[in-house]
Amino acid sequence: MVPNMHKNPPASLGLVAAFSFLALALPPPAQAQTADAAEIQRLRQDIDALRASYETRLQALERRLQAAEAAGQSAASAPAPVAAASADVSPAAPAPLPAAVGGANAFNPAVSLILSGLYARTSRDPDRYAIGGFALPPDAEIGPGRRGFSLAETELGFTASIDPWFQGAAYIALAPDNSVSVEGAYIQTTGLGHGLTLKAGRFYSSVGYLNAQHAHAWDFVDAPLAYQAMLGRQYTDDGVQLKWLAPTDAFIEIGLELGRGLSFPGNGDSRNGAGMVALSAHTGGDIGDSHSWRAGVSVLDAKASGQTLQGLDAAGDETSGEFSGRTRVWIADAVWKWAPNGNAARTSFTLQGEYLRSRRDGDLMDESGGVAGYRPAQSGWYLQGVYQFMPRWRVGLRAERLRGDDSGPFALAGHHPRKNSLMLDYRPSEFSRLRLQFAQDRSSPAGKDNQVFLQYQMSLGAHGAHSY
Amino acid sequence: MSLHRSSMNRKCLAALGAALLAAFCLPAQAALRVLACEPEWGALAQELGGPLVEVSVATSALQDPHQIQAKPSLIARARNADLLVCTGAELEIGWLPVLLAHSGNARVQAGQSGNFAAADYVRKLDVPTRLDRAQGDVHAAGNPHIQTDPRNIALVAVALAARLAQIDPPHAADYAQRQADFSRRWQQAMTRWEAQAAPLKGLAVVSQHKAFVYLYDWLGMQEVAVLEPKPGVEPTAAHLQAVQTALKSMPARMVLYAAYQDARPSEWLSRNVGLAAVKVPFTVGGTEAAKDLFGLFDDTLARLLAAAGGQP
Repeated sequence: MVPNMHKNPPASLGLVAAFSFLALALPPPAQAQTADAAEIQRLRQDIDALRASYETRLQALERRLQAAEAAGQSAASAPAPVAAASADVSPAAPAPLPAAVGGANAFNPAVSLILSGLYARTSRDPDRYAIGGFALPPDAEIGPGRRGFSLAETELGFTASIDPWFQGAAYIALAPDNSVSVEGAYIQTTGLGHGLTLKAGRFYSSVGYLNAQHAHAWDFVDAPLAYQAMLGRQYTDDGVQLKWLAPTDAFIEIGLELGRGLSFPGNGDSRNGAGMVALSAHTGGDIGDSHSWRAGVSVLDAKASGQTLQGLDAAGDETSGEFSGRTRVWIADAVWKWAPNGNAARTSFTLQGEYLRSRRDGDLMDESGGVAGYRPAQSGWYLQGVYQFMPRWRVGLRAERLRGDDSGPFALAGHHPRKNSLMLDYRPSEFSRLRLQFAQDRSSPAGKDNQVFLQYQMSLGAHGAHSY
Repeated sequence: MSLHRSSMNRKCLAALGAALLAAFCLPAQAALRVLACEPEWGALAQELGGPLVEVSVATSALQDPHQIQAKPSLIARARNADLLVCTGAELEIGWLPVLLAHSGNARVQAGQSGNFAAADYVRKLDVPTRLDRAQGDVHAAGNPHIQTDPRNIALVAVALAARLAQIDPPHAADYAQRQADFSRRWQQAMTRWEAQAAPLKGLAVVSQHKAFVYLYDWLGMQEVAVLEPKPGVEPTAAHLQAVQTALKSMPARMVLYAAYQDARPSEWLSRNVGLAAVKVPFTVGGTEAAKDLFGLFDDTLARLLAAAGGQP
C-alpha cells in the first residue's frame, strides 16, 4: 500500500522543510494585549463561524460518501470488490504536506547527529590511569579521559530502508582529536521472516546489556569498569550476526555472531576463519503494567596473536608482554524497569546489573623474549539504579567491583579495583540532556581518584530510538 | 530384534520431537493476530474482526503513546503479529521502528500489507508549516491524535476492514459485513453525539497537550491556550503563569487533559483561574466508562458537558 510510504521520508522532509523559504513563523502564544482582546475575540468568532459553516458542509459530504461506501460494501459479497473499495477510500483527503516530497533528495536517509561535550576534573593524572590486575593494549580506552573541557564524541548517523528486503545504517564517530572512525556500518534484513534477522558489517555485539547500546544512551558518562577492562569499553566487530526470536508470547532471543575479532580482547589479525564467535540468549517480559524486565547470558570468544598488553606488576611498575591465544568472556546481564502503569513521564526506576568473567588461554612473551603459558581468570560486576524522581530529573548510583588476573605477571594479590558513581541528569526535552557525575575510582593500586564530570548530550535530526 | 526396536524407538522419538516442535512453533490458533499500537485501534480491530481476530494492544490509556520503550514483551508480540494497526503520523516513531527491526517478522514491515497506519486515511490537522524542534516535538505529518474525532474512526474503520479482508481473504465477506454493521451503528451514535454536544459549540477551552485538535474540530470548540510551552515539553511554572495572564483577557471555560497525563498542571490552572479541569479518557480504557469506542465518546461528551454546564 502506498500510504505507508509516508513513514520513511520524515527526516529528509524535515531537512527540506527546515531550509524551505516557505517557512512561516507559527503564531505567537496566546498573550493578546488587553486593549485588543475584545476585537480579536470578535474576529476569532467571525472566522470560527465561517469555518463552522464550511465544516458542516464538508461533514455532510463526508457522511454521504461513507454511506455510499458502506452501501457498496455490504452489497458486495465477493472478496474482490472489497479490495477495490480499499483503494477507493484510502486517503479521504491526502494530507496537505508543507513541503513537496519528491526529487532526488526525497530518498535521503534519516540523518541524526549526536553532539556531546564534557568537563572533567580528576584528582589523579588520567594519563597514568591503570586498572590494577588487568593487562590491556596500550591504546585501550580506560579511565576518565582528558582533564578540563573537551569535546566528547560527535556521532553522525544515517539510516534508511535499502529495498523491501534490507535496511542499512552507518554511524560515523568524529573524535575530539579530529580523527574519524566508523563506529558502525551495517545492513540488516527485514524480509527473512520466521523471527530471523541477519546483520552484516560493523556493529556493536549483542552480548550483555550495555554493549549493544550507543554510548549516548548509557545512564552514566563512562562505561562500567568491567566493560573497560574486559570488553575494550564496548565490543565492536566486523562480521555477521544472526538473531532468532522464538515464536512464543515470552521474549526469547538467541543471537550468534561471527567476526574478525577486530577489537580487544581480539586484535583483528588476518585469518580465513572467524577471529570471534559470540553467542547470546536473552529473555524478558512484563509483570503487570508497571514492571518489565530482560535478562540473559552471553559468551564471547576472541582470538589474538602478538597482542601487546601493558599492566602493573606486583611491585607497581609498568610491565608488558605479547599475548597469543584466546580470550573467553562470559556475561550475565539483567535489567528491571518500573514505572507506575508503565507511564514513565513522572517517575520511573531502573535497576540493572551485569557480571563479566573472562579467561585467557595462551602464551605470553615477556619483554626479554621468554614465553610462558598465560591462563588467568578475571571477573567484575556493576550494579546501578537510576530513579526519575520528577519529570525531567533523574538520579543514579552505580557500584562496581573487579577482580584482576589470578595468575601471571600482572596479578596483584590483594588489590580489587572498585568504583562508586553518583549522577544527576536533567532533560529539558527528549532531545537534550545535561549530566553531573561524581565518582570515586579505586582502580589503581596507587590510591583513589575523585572524578567530577559535567556533560551535555544532544540529539539533532532524526528522532532517536526508544530502545529498551 | 533389538536393532528393529531401537529404530522404532528412534522413529517414535522423531515423531514426538516433530509434534513438540509443531506445538511449539505453531500455537493452535487460526485467528488473525492483530497487534494494535494504541487501545482505540485495538478496540476498532475487535469490532471489525470479532471472533476472527485475536487482538493484543501494545500500550494502555494510561501511557503516553509518544514515550514508549521497545520492551521485550512488545518485540515478542511484534514477531508473532499478522497485522500491526498503529496511528502512524510519527506518533510511534521512537519505538515502532525498533520493534520492527527486532521482530524478524516480514509481514508487518513498513510497506507490507500487515502494516496499517490509521493516520494515512484521514485529513491531518496542525500540519507544521515549518519543521524545527525549536517548536517542540512536532510531527511532520501533522497532529497524530486523530482518534478524538469519531469521523476519523469512521474513515479508518472502512480502510481497516478492507485491510483485514486483504490479509485474510477467506473471511473478506465477514469483515465487510461487520464493517457495514459497525459503520451503521457508528453513524447513529455520531448523530446522537452531535446533538448532545450542541452546547459545546464555540466554547473556549485550554488543553494541557495539543492532543484534542480533532475533537475541537469536530465539536467546534475553540482552543485558546496550551499548558505545554511547546508540544511534548512539560508545562513550566513560567508558562503556566503566562497562560493564567492570557486567560484574563480571553476567558476559557475548562482545561482538558488526557487520562495518561499528570493532572497537576491542569489542576493548578483550575485552582488559580477558576475553570473546570476535565480529565478526558483520550482512548479506550482511559476512564471506567470508556470501555469501548462508543463508551469513549459517550464518556468524553458526558465529562465535557458536565464541565460546560457548571458555572465557570
